[in-house]
Amino acid sequence: MYNKGLVITGIVIFVVFFTSPFLIGLVKSGPPPEPELTPKAKLAKQCVEAKEYMVESHMQMLNDWRNQAVREGKRIYVATDGKEYTVSLQNTCMDCHSNKSKFCDQCHNYAEVNPYCWECHIAPKEKL
Amino acid sequence: MERSRRSFLKILGISTLGLGTLSSVDLLAKAEMGKAAFAPDPQGMTGKRWALVVDVKKLDEETTQKAIEACHLIHNVPDYGDDEEIKWIWTDKYEHAFPGTEHAYLAEEIEEKPFLLLCNHCANPPCVRVCPTQATWQRGDGVVMMDQHRCIGCRYCMAACPFGARSFNWKDPRTTYFKDKEPPNPKYPTRTKGVVEKCNLCAERLAVGEMPACVEAVKDSKAIVFGDLEDPHSEVREVLHEHFAIRRKPELGTNPNVYYIV
Repeated sequence: MYNKGLVITGIVIFVVFFTSPFLIGLVKSGPPPEPELTPKAKLAKQCVEAKEYMVESHMQMLNDWRNQAVREGKRIYVATDGKEYTVSLQNTCMDCHSNKSKFCDQCHNYAEVNPYCWECHIAPKEKL
Repeated sequence: MERSRRSFLKILGISTLGLGTLSSVDLLAKAEMGKAAFAPDPQGMTGKRWALVVDVKKLDEETTQKAIEACHLIHNVPDYGDDEEIKWIWTDKYEHAFPGTEHAYLAEEIEEKPFLLLCNHCANPPCVRVCPTQATWQRGDGVVMMDQHRCIGCRYCMAACPFGARSFNWKDPRTTYFKDKEPPNPKYPTRTKGVVEKCNLCAERLAVGEMPACVEAVKDSKAIVFGDLEDPHSEVREVLHEHFAIRRKPELGTNPNVYYIV
Protein backbone atom coordinates (compact mmCIF):
# COMPACT_ATOMS: atom_id res chain seq x y z
CA MET A 1 0.00 0.00 0.00
CA TYR A 2 1.35 3.38 -1.01
CA ASN A 3 1.26 6.36 1.37
CA LYS A 4 -0.05 4.22 4.18
CA GLY A 5 0.25 6.92 6.82
CA LEU A 6 -1.51 9.57 4.78
CA VAL A 7 -4.32 7.31 3.65
CA ILE A 8 -5.10 6.00 7.13
CA THR A 9 -4.98 9.46 8.68
CA GLY A 10 -7.25 10.64 5.90
CA ILE A 11 -9.75 7.89 6.61
CA VAL A 12 -9.70 8.62 10.35
CA ILE A 13 -10.26 12.34 9.76
CA PHE A 14 -13.06 11.53 7.32
CA VAL A 15 -14.82 9.21 9.80
CA VAL A 16 -14.49 11.63 12.69
CA PHE A 17 -15.68 14.55 10.57
CA PHE A 18 -18.75 12.82 9.24
CA THR A 19 -19.81 11.28 12.55
CA SER A 20 -19.10 14.49 14.47
CA PRO A 21 -22.77 15.58 14.66
CA PHE A 22 -23.65 12.29 16.33
CA LEU A 23 -20.64 12.40 18.63
CA ILE A 24 -21.33 15.98 19.66
CA GLY A 25 -24.97 15.11 20.23
CA LEU A 26 -23.97 12.17 22.37
CA VAL A 27 -21.80 14.32 24.59
CA LYS A 28 -24.20 17.25 24.71
CA SER A 29 -27.41 15.39 25.46
CA GLY A 30 -26.03 13.09 28.09
CA PRO A 31 -27.82 9.95 29.22
CA PRO A 32 -31.51 9.59 28.37
CA PRO A 33 -33.89 10.67 31.17
CA GLU A 34 -35.90 8.05 33.04
CA PRO A 35 -39.64 8.68 33.09
CA GLU A 36 -40.73 9.33 36.65
CA LEU A 37 -43.69 7.47 38.12
CA THR A 38 -46.22 9.07 40.40
CA PRO A 39 -47.02 7.25 43.66
CA LYS A 40 -50.32 6.20 42.10
CA ALA A 41 -48.59 4.73 39.06
CA LYS A 42 -46.09 2.93 41.29
CA LEU A 43 -48.87 1.47 43.35
CA ALA A 44 -50.58 0.05 40.28
CA LYS A 45 -47.39 -1.91 39.50
CA GLN A 46 -48.36 -2.42 35.87
CA CYS A 47 -49.63 -0.12 33.17
CA VAL A 48 -52.40 -1.32 30.85
CA GLU A 49 -49.82 -3.59 29.22
CA ALA A 50 -46.31 -4.77 30.13
CA LYS A 51 -43.73 -2.06 30.68
CA GLU A 52 -41.53 -3.10 27.74
CA TYR A 53 -44.51 -2.97 25.42
CA MET A 54 -45.53 0.44 26.70
CA VAL A 55 -42.02 1.84 26.29
CA GLU A 56 -41.73 0.49 22.78
CA SER A 57 -45.26 0.93 21.45
CA HIS A 58 -47.17 3.50 23.48
CA MET A 59 -47.47 5.74 20.43
CA GLN A 60 -48.96 2.95 18.35
CA MET A 61 -51.30 2.09 21.19
CA LEU A 62 -52.45 5.69 21.58
CA ASN A 63 -53.14 5.74 17.87
CA ASP A 64 -55.25 2.59 18.18
CA TRP A 65 -57.03 3.98 21.23
CA ARG A 66 -57.86 7.17 19.42
CA ASN A 67 -59.21 5.37 16.36
CA GLN A 68 -61.22 2.86 18.36
CA ALA A 69 -62.76 5.44 20.67
CA VAL A 70 -63.48 8.22 18.21
CA ARG A 71 -64.17 6.33 15.03
CA GLU A 72 -65.46 2.94 16.18
CA GLY A 73 -67.10 4.14 19.37
CA LYS A 74 -65.39 1.38 21.34
CA ARG A 75 -64.33 3.04 24.55
CA ILE A 76 -63.39 0.02 26.65
CA TYR A 77 -59.97 -1.56 26.31
CA VAL A 78 -59.69 -5.19 27.34
CA ALA A 79 -55.99 -5.64 28.08
CA THR A 80 -54.02 -8.81 27.44
CA ASP A 81 -54.44 -9.76 31.10
CA GLY A 82 -58.22 -9.33 30.83
CA LYS A 83 -58.47 -6.09 32.81
CA GLU A 84 -60.73 -3.39 31.41
CA TYR A 85 -59.84 0.25 30.99
CA THR A 86 -61.65 3.29 29.65
CA VAL A 87 -60.03 4.32 26.39
CA SER A 88 -58.97 7.88 27.13
CA LEU A 89 -55.64 9.62 27.10
CA GLN A 90 -56.90 12.56 29.07
CA ASN A 91 -58.87 10.63 31.68
CA THR A 92 -57.20 7.21 31.95
CA CYS A 93 -53.50 7.58 31.09
CA MET A 94 -53.13 10.95 32.74
CA ASP A 95 -55.05 9.85 35.81
CA CYS A 96 -52.06 7.75 36.86
CA HIS A 97 -49.37 9.62 34.98
CA SER A 98 -50.43 13.01 36.23
CA ASN A 99 -46.85 14.25 36.10
CA LYS A 100 -46.75 15.08 32.42
CA SER A 101 -43.54 17.11 32.56
CA LYS A 102 -41.58 14.30 34.19
CA PHE A 103 -43.37 11.39 32.56
CA CYS A 104 -43.95 12.54 28.97
CA ASP A 105 -42.13 15.73 28.25
CA GLN A 106 -38.58 15.08 29.36
CA CYS A 107 -38.22 12.01 27.12
CA HIS A 108 -40.00 13.66 24.23
CA ASN A 109 -37.75 16.69 24.55
CA TYR A 110 -34.70 14.49 24.74
CA ALA A 111 -35.73 12.62 21.59
CA GLU A 112 -36.90 15.84 19.92
CA VAL A 113 -40.39 14.55 19.20
CA ASN A 114 -43.29 16.95 19.44
CA PRO A 115 -46.59 15.10 19.73
CA TYR A 116 -49.42 17.60 19.46
CA CYS A 117 -51.72 15.86 21.94
CA TRP A 118 -51.80 18.81 24.32
CA GLU A 119 -52.91 21.41 21.83
CA CYS A 120 -56.40 20.03 22.45
CA HIS A 121 -56.27 17.52 25.29
CA ILE A 122 -56.04 19.07 28.69
CA ALA A 123 -53.05 18.02 30.74
CA PRO A 124 -53.51 17.43 34.45
CA LYS A 125 -52.41 20.28 36.70
CA GLU A 126 -49.06 19.65 38.23
CA LYS A 127 -47.90 20.86 41.58
CA LEU A 128 -44.66 22.64 40.95
CA MET B 1 -9.14 -21.81 4.65
CA GLU B 2 -10.68 -22.94 1.39
CA ARG B 3 -14.44 -23.41 1.53
CA SER B 4 -16.35 -25.19 -1.21
CA ARG B 5 -19.24 -23.45 -2.87
CA ARG B 6 -21.46 -26.26 -1.57
CA SER B 7 -20.65 -25.73 2.10
CA PHE B 8 -20.91 -21.94 1.69
CA LEU B 9 -24.44 -22.29 0.31
CA LYS B 10 -25.35 -24.63 3.17
CA ILE B 11 -24.26 -22.09 5.75
CA LEU B 12 -26.09 -19.36 3.89
CA GLY B 13 -29.29 -21.42 3.80
CA ILE B 14 -29.15 -22.29 7.48
CA SER B 15 -28.55 -18.70 8.53
CA THR B 16 -31.45 -17.48 6.40
CA LEU B 17 -33.69 -20.03 8.04
CA GLY B 18 -32.48 -18.99 11.48
CA LEU B 19 -33.08 -15.31 10.83
CA GLY B 20 -36.51 -16.10 9.45
CA THR B 21 -37.49 -18.04 12.56
CA LEU B 22 -36.22 -15.28 14.79
CA SER B 23 -38.38 -12.67 13.13
CA SER B 24 -41.44 -14.92 13.14
CA VAL B 25 -40.95 -15.62 16.85
CA ASP B 26 -40.83 -11.86 17.30
CA LEU B 27 -44.03 -11.48 15.29
CA LEU B 28 -45.74 -14.19 17.31
CA ALA B 29 -44.81 -12.43 20.52
CA LYS B 30 -46.38 -9.28 19.14
CA ALA B 31 -49.46 -11.26 18.10
CA GLU B 32 -49.75 -12.37 21.71
CA MET B 33 -50.10 -8.71 22.59
CA GLY B 34 -52.79 -8.48 19.92
CA LYS B 35 -55.09 -10.45 22.19
CA ALA B 36 -56.06 -7.16 23.73
CA ALA B 37 -59.45 -6.06 22.41
CA PHE B 38 -61.75 -3.08 22.27
CA ALA B 39 -65.41 -3.08 23.18
CA PRO B 40 -68.18 -0.53 23.46
CA ASP B 41 -69.37 0.36 26.94
CA PRO B 42 -72.29 -1.99 27.79
CA GLN B 43 -74.04 0.98 29.41
CA GLY B 44 -73.83 2.99 26.22
CA MET B 45 -76.97 3.88 24.31
CA THR B 46 -77.50 2.17 21.01
CA GLY B 47 -79.85 3.29 18.29
CA LYS B 48 -80.25 3.36 14.55
CA ARG B 49 -81.12 6.99 13.96
CA TRP B 50 -80.87 9.41 16.82
CA ALA B 51 -83.10 12.44 16.63
CA LEU B 52 -84.12 15.46 18.69
CA VAL B 53 -87.54 17.02 18.94
CA VAL B 54 -87.46 20.62 20.14
CA ASP B 55 -90.76 21.85 21.54
CA VAL B 56 -90.47 25.56 20.90
CA LYS B 57 -93.56 26.33 22.98
CA LYS B 58 -91.90 24.95 26.08
CA LEU B 59 -88.65 26.80 25.50
CA ASP B 60 -88.61 30.28 26.95
CA GLU B 61 -85.51 32.40 26.73
CA GLU B 62 -84.20 31.23 30.07
CA THR B 63 -84.43 27.49 29.34
CA THR B 64 -82.92 28.07 25.92
CA GLN B 65 -79.92 29.71 27.54
CA LYS B 66 -79.69 26.84 30.02
CA ALA B 67 -79.40 24.31 27.21
CA ILE B 68 -76.76 26.37 25.42
CA GLU B 69 -74.74 26.91 28.55
CA ALA B 70 -74.80 23.23 29.51
CA CYS B 71 -73.47 22.24 26.09
CA HIS B 72 -70.78 24.88 25.97
CA LEU B 73 -69.52 24.14 29.47
CA ILE B 74 -69.32 20.41 28.87
CA HIS B 75 -67.53 20.74 25.55
CA ASN B 76 -65.24 23.64 26.42
CA VAL B 77 -66.73 25.82 23.70
CA PRO B 78 -65.21 29.31 23.78
CA ASP B 79 -67.42 32.39 23.59
CA TYR B 80 -65.51 34.92 21.52
CA GLY B 81 -68.46 37.18 20.97
CA ASP B 82 -67.29 38.30 17.53
CA ASP B 83 -67.58 37.03 13.96
CA GLU B 84 -65.13 34.24 14.71
CA GLU B 85 -67.70 32.69 17.02
CA ILE B 86 -67.82 28.95 17.67
CA LYS B 87 -71.30 27.47 17.44
CA TRP B 88 -72.41 24.12 18.77
CA ILE B 89 -75.88 25.17 19.75
CA TRP B 90 -77.17 28.67 19.21
CA THR B 91 -80.28 30.74 18.55
CA ASP B 92 -81.63 32.62 15.58
CA LYS B 93 -84.89 34.15 14.44
CA TYR B 94 -87.64 32.15 12.79
CA GLU B 95 -87.14 33.78 9.38
CA HIS B 96 -83.48 32.71 9.38
CA ALA B 97 -84.08 29.25 10.75
CA PHE B 98 -86.96 28.44 8.41
CA PRO B 99 -86.46 30.72 5.39
CA GLY B 100 -89.24 30.72 2.86
CA THR B 101 -91.93 29.93 5.41
CA GLU B 102 -91.99 33.40 6.97
CA HIS B 103 -94.53 36.00 6.00
CA ALA B 104 -95.51 39.51 6.99
CA TYR B 105 -98.32 38.38 9.32
CA LEU B 106 -96.44 35.90 11.48
CA ALA B 107 -97.54 35.67 15.08
CA GLU B 108 -95.34 38.02 17.05
CA GLU B 109 -94.49 35.28 19.46
CA ILE B 110 -92.94 33.22 16.66
CA GLU B 111 -91.38 36.12 14.84
CA GLU B 112 -89.40 37.36 17.82
CA LYS B 113 -88.67 34.04 19.48
CA PRO B 114 -85.03 32.87 19.57
CA PHE B 115 -85.10 29.39 17.99
CA LEU B 116 -82.69 26.86 19.40
CA LEU B 117 -80.52 25.60 16.55
CA LEU B 118 -77.84 22.96 16.34
CA CYS B 119 -76.37 20.42 13.94
CA ASN B 120 -79.26 18.50 12.37
CA HIS B 121 -77.31 15.25 12.15
CA CYS B 122 -78.81 14.82 8.70
CA ALA B 123 -79.50 11.34 7.43
CA ASN B 124 -77.99 12.47 4.13
CA PRO B 125 -75.23 14.80 5.33
CA PRO B 126 -73.63 16.98 2.63
CA CYS B 127 -70.70 17.81 4.92
CA VAL B 128 -69.70 14.16 5.00
CA ARG B 129 -69.77 13.88 1.22
CA VAL B 130 -67.31 16.71 0.72
CA CYS B 131 -64.84 15.96 3.52
CA PRO B 132 -61.58 14.94 1.82
CA THR B 133 -60.11 13.21 4.88
CA GLN B 134 -63.20 11.58 6.33
CA ALA B 135 -62.64 13.71 9.40
CA THR B 136 -66.40 14.02 9.48
CA TRP B 137 -68.50 10.95 8.88
CA GLN B 138 -71.81 9.39 9.75
CA ARG B 139 -71.93 6.70 12.39
CA GLY B 140 -74.24 3.72 12.28
CA ASP B 141 -76.53 5.40 14.80
CA GLY B 142 -76.88 8.50 12.64
CA VAL B 143 -74.55 10.82 14.54
CA VAL B 144 -72.53 12.98 12.18
CA MET B 145 -69.21 12.87 14.00
CA MET B 146 -66.06 14.93 13.84
CA ASP B 147 -62.62 13.44 14.28
CA GLN B 148 -60.58 16.49 15.25
CA HIS B 149 -57.39 14.51 14.75
CA ARG B 150 -58.06 14.21 11.04
CA CYS B 151 -59.47 17.63 10.23
CA ILE B 152 -57.17 19.61 7.96
CA GLY B 153 -59.28 22.75 8.13
CA CYS B 154 -60.21 22.95 4.45
CA ARG B 155 -63.73 24.14 5.41
CA TYR B 156 -65.46 22.33 2.54
CA CYS B 157 -67.92 21.01 5.13
CA MET B 158 -68.76 24.55 6.20
CA ALA B 159 -69.54 25.46 2.62
CA ALA B 160 -71.62 22.30 2.21
CA CYS B 161 -73.70 22.60 5.38
CA PRO B 162 -76.88 24.55 4.62
CA PHE B 163 -77.55 25.14 8.33
CA GLY B 164 -74.40 26.98 9.34
CA ALA B 165 -73.81 24.37 11.99
CA ARG B 166 -70.05 24.30 11.60
CA SER B 167 -67.47 26.73 12.91
CA PHE B 168 -63.82 27.19 12.07
CA ASN B 169 -61.18 27.84 14.69
CA TRP B 170 -59.52 30.95 13.37
CA LYS B 171 -57.47 31.13 16.54
CA ASP B 172 -56.24 28.72 19.15
CA PRO B 173 -58.82 28.70 21.97
CA ARG B 174 -56.14 27.70 24.48
CA THR B 175 -54.02 30.77 23.84
CA THR B 176 -56.94 33.17 23.47
CA TYR B 177 -60.23 32.49 25.22
CA PHE B 178 -58.82 29.99 27.72
CA LYS B 179 -55.56 31.86 28.21
CA ASP B 180 -56.37 33.17 31.65
CA LYS B 181 -59.09 30.77 32.63
CA GLU B 182 -59.29 27.02 32.78
CA PRO B 183 -61.44 25.21 30.24
CA PRO B 184 -64.57 24.41 32.28
CA ASN B 185 -64.55 20.66 31.71
CA PRO B 186 -61.13 19.10 32.37
CA LYS B 187 -62.40 15.73 31.14
CA TYR B 188 -63.07 16.92 27.61
CA PRO B 189 -60.52 18.33 25.16
CA THR B 190 -60.63 21.76 23.59
CA ARG B 191 -59.99 22.24 19.90
CA THR B 192 -56.95 23.70 18.25
CA LYS B 193 -56.38 26.40 15.66
CA GLY B 194 -57.31 25.40 12.13
CA VAL B 195 -59.97 22.75 12.71
CA VAL B 196 -63.71 22.81 12.16
CA GLU B 197 -66.01 21.88 15.01
CA LYS B 198 -69.70 21.38 15.66
CA CYS B 199 -72.23 19.60 17.82
CA ASN B 200 -71.40 15.90 18.17
CA LEU B 201 -74.78 15.00 19.69
CA CYS B 202 -72.81 14.30 22.87
CA ALA B 203 -71.34 11.11 21.42
CA GLU B 204 -69.08 10.89 24.47
CA ARG B 205 -72.13 10.97 26.76
CA LEU B 206 -74.21 8.54 24.71
CA ALA B 207 -71.26 6.14 24.93
CA VAL B 208 -71.68 5.91 28.70
CA GLY B 209 -75.46 5.93 28.68
CA GLU B 210 -76.09 9.61 29.36
CA MET B 211 -78.52 11.89 27.55
CA PRO B 212 -77.17 14.75 25.44
CA ALA B 213 -76.28 17.74 27.62
CA CYS B 214 -78.93 20.08 26.16
CA VAL B 215 -81.67 17.51 26.69
CA GLU B 216 -80.58 16.94 30.26
CA ALA B 217 -80.32 20.66 31.01
CA VAL B 218 -83.99 21.25 30.16
CA LYS B 219 -85.37 17.92 31.26
CA ASP B 220 -87.75 19.47 33.79
CA SER B 221 -89.64 21.18 31.00
CA LYS B 222 -89.23 18.25 28.57
CA ALA B 223 -88.64 20.88 25.92
CA ILE B 224 -86.11 18.75 24.04
CA VAL B 225 -86.76 15.06 23.52
CA PHE B 226 -84.07 12.66 22.41
CA GLY B 227 -84.50 9.19 20.97
CA ASP B 228 -84.28 6.69 18.16
CA LEU B 229 -86.49 7.43 15.15
CA GLU B 230 -86.33 3.83 13.99
CA ASP B 231 -87.77 2.60 17.25
CA PRO B 232 -91.58 3.00 17.01
CA HIS B 233 -91.91 3.06 20.79
CA SER B 234 -89.29 5.71 21.43
CA GLU B 235 -90.18 9.01 23.02
CA VAL B 236 -89.35 10.99 19.87
CA ARG B 237 -91.71 8.88 17.81
CA GLU B 238 -94.48 9.30 20.36
CA VAL B 239 -94.02 13.05 20.45
CA LEU B 240 -93.91 13.26 16.66
CA HIS B 241 -97.04 11.14 16.48
CA GLU B 242 -98.92 13.53 18.72
CA HIS B 243 -97.68 16.86 17.41
CA PHE B 244 -97.12 18.50 14.08
CA ALA B 245 -93.42 19.18 13.69
CA ILE B 246 -91.30 20.87 11.05
CA ARG B 247 -87.66 20.60 10.08
CA ARG B 248 -85.19 23.15 8.76
CA LYS B 249 -84.90 23.37 4.95
CA PRO B 250 -86.26 19.88 4.23
CA GLU B 251 -86.49 20.77 0.53
CA LEU B 252 -82.69 20.45 0.27
CA GLY B 253 -82.98 16.71 0.78
CA THR B 254 -80.46 16.39 3.58
CA ASN B 255 -83.11 14.75 5.74
CA PRO B 256 -82.47 16.58 9.04
CA ASN B 257 -83.04 14.73 12.31
CA VAL B 258 -83.90 17.72 14.47
CA TYR B 259 -87.64 18.42 14.58
CA TYR B 260 -89.40 21.54 15.82
CA ILE B 261 -92.88 21.68 17.33
CA VAL B 262 -94.01 25.28 16.77
